Amino acid sequence: MISIDILQRTAETLMAKAAIEIPDDYLAGLRRCVDTETGDLSSFVIQAMLENYEAAKEDRRAMCGDTGVPRWYVKYGNEARVEGGPVAVEAALRRATAHATHSVPLRPNRVHPLWRTDHNNNCGIFAPEIDYAFDPEGDWVDLTTVHKGGLFGSDYRMLFPGDGIEGIRRFYLDTLIGFGKRGLACQPAIVGIGLGGSKDACMVLGKQASCLRVVGSRHPDPKIAALEEELKELGNKIGMGAMGFIGTSMVIDCHIEVGYCHTGGMPMSVHMFCLSSRRATARIYADGQVKFRTDPEWFSDYMRRTGVEWPGLQTQAAE
Amino acid sequence: MAGLKIVELQLPATTEQLRALELGTVVYLTGRVFTGREGVYKRAVEEGHGMPAAPEALGRVNFHCSPAATIEADGSFTMGAVSATASFRFAKWLDGWFKLSGCNIIIGKGGMTSADYRKLFVPHDAIYLTTVGYGTGALLGRGITKVVDVLWKEELGLAQAVWVLDVVRFGPFLVESDMAGNSLFERENAKIAGNIAALYEGTRPATLRRYGETDDKTDEVI
Repeated sequence: MISIDILQRTAETLMAKAAIEIPDDYLAGLRRCVDTETGDLSSFVIQAMLENYEAAKEDRRAMCGDTGVPRWYVKYGNEARVEGGPVAVEAALRRATAHATHSVPLRPNRVHPLWRTDHNNNCGIFAPEIDYAFDPEGDWVDLTTVHKGGLFGSDYRMLFPGDGIEGIRRFYLDTLIGFGKRGLACQPAIVGIGLGGSKDACMVLGKQASCLRVVGSRHPDPKIAALEEELKELGNKIGMGAMGFIGTSMVIDCHIEVGYCHTGGMPMSVHMFCLSSRRATARIYADGQVKFRTDPEWFSDYMRRTGVEWPGLQTQAAE
Repeated sequence: MAGLKIVELQLPATTEQLRALELGTVVYLTGRVFTGREGVYKRAVEEGHGMPAAPEALGRVNFHCSPAATIEADGSFTMGAVSATASFRFAKWLDGWFKLSGCNIIIGKGGMTSADYRKLFVPHDAIYLTTVGYGTGALLGRGITKVVDVLWKEELGLAQAVWVLDVVRFGPFLVESDMAGNSLFERENAKIAGNIAALYEGTRPATLRRYGETDDKTDEVI
């Protein structure tokens, strides 16, 4: 049985880590940009950001004053049991969000869409969002928090099979150029693309591709992996760097996730995870052990399963 | 990054000092600044409440920001990171705002159009500084030496309230608009525009179109 107290304490630590510590994979990607960036303004911006990450860690203060909209991704191993059950987990995550907003501090970004009511704790109706996934094995729970900025850099469009890969390239460029000007997307960014699924799933897949996969990871389908590489290069050839100044630092990496969609359509979403790519993960075990990491390890063969049955389960049943 | 000019300004800045600033110059500020965004503009300009305090108490630098900060039970402040929010949304209030506030520097994210600078900023001898990154929230947080006051916190909530801040070597910022109303971002956009047609070669507009859409990629979305 996983202790609910340990889970809540871990969640609070994750909130601080996400806000303060730039993940190593993003940092390494940005350092590679510095080596090749020739635009003087874009270089200056990246240099300032590198200094900013150091200042954040030294002072234990958030990297960016817009600390995004905190949310949670919870993955259960099939054998995991948490004290108090799923309702207690949700209560703990809401408490951790509220406490960390005060203690880090984070900006209380969450308000009612119409009445602009602000509880000053980043909690409210459907906030923070909590998404779930499962793993066929394990007695652990993975908690991941992501604090993505909320205003610019995402778009959705219903494309059709006839639009083809060229249509994908075009909508990708449209989004990067539109939101890249003046640096509205806070690039260089991890660009996530959702292809297929139903409309809502298309948005979810693209967002998770940008926020829950690490720089350098590739889709298991080699042709999709090649498209990720191609689009990354294409984004860096626009001529636009940090803040939309002349340069080559637009895309730190490009991740694509696909889902089966309606036979007539090819919906596509684009998302950009910014210079303060805030994410942090911990695995909590039944024996009380907690292991922190920056790779959410969210997407798995199990999650991307394509057939009716999961072969792993059949093997288990046969045994 | 070699070659960028760096200027340190003591606040309040004079018109002569602002006139000397060129697009793309790196600026650090020392003195008093205050935050204000849509909630403040709506209340001060649109609803006619006027400024939350005397101009001398607020200074002449308006930062489009809400900090990651906390007011403790004893009334003291914990200031974390501070970064700007995108400014183009606020253009509609700025004429009234300049008249009311007497501000001559606006700090924000992403700037506004040169048309807005000429119409709204130039007549008030004001310029726009953009934050860098965005954002160097931790570096900016370090530059704050004192939270002087938090005004309208009950009326607007912590994120929209007016935070009055004393700062030392607060920055870096970049000069986005000069006293003639030119825009650094538009200068950069124009340089990038020449490359765009080649990127799109071989593609055609999406099968399903959208109302109100521009297909001119040299346009902006703001």
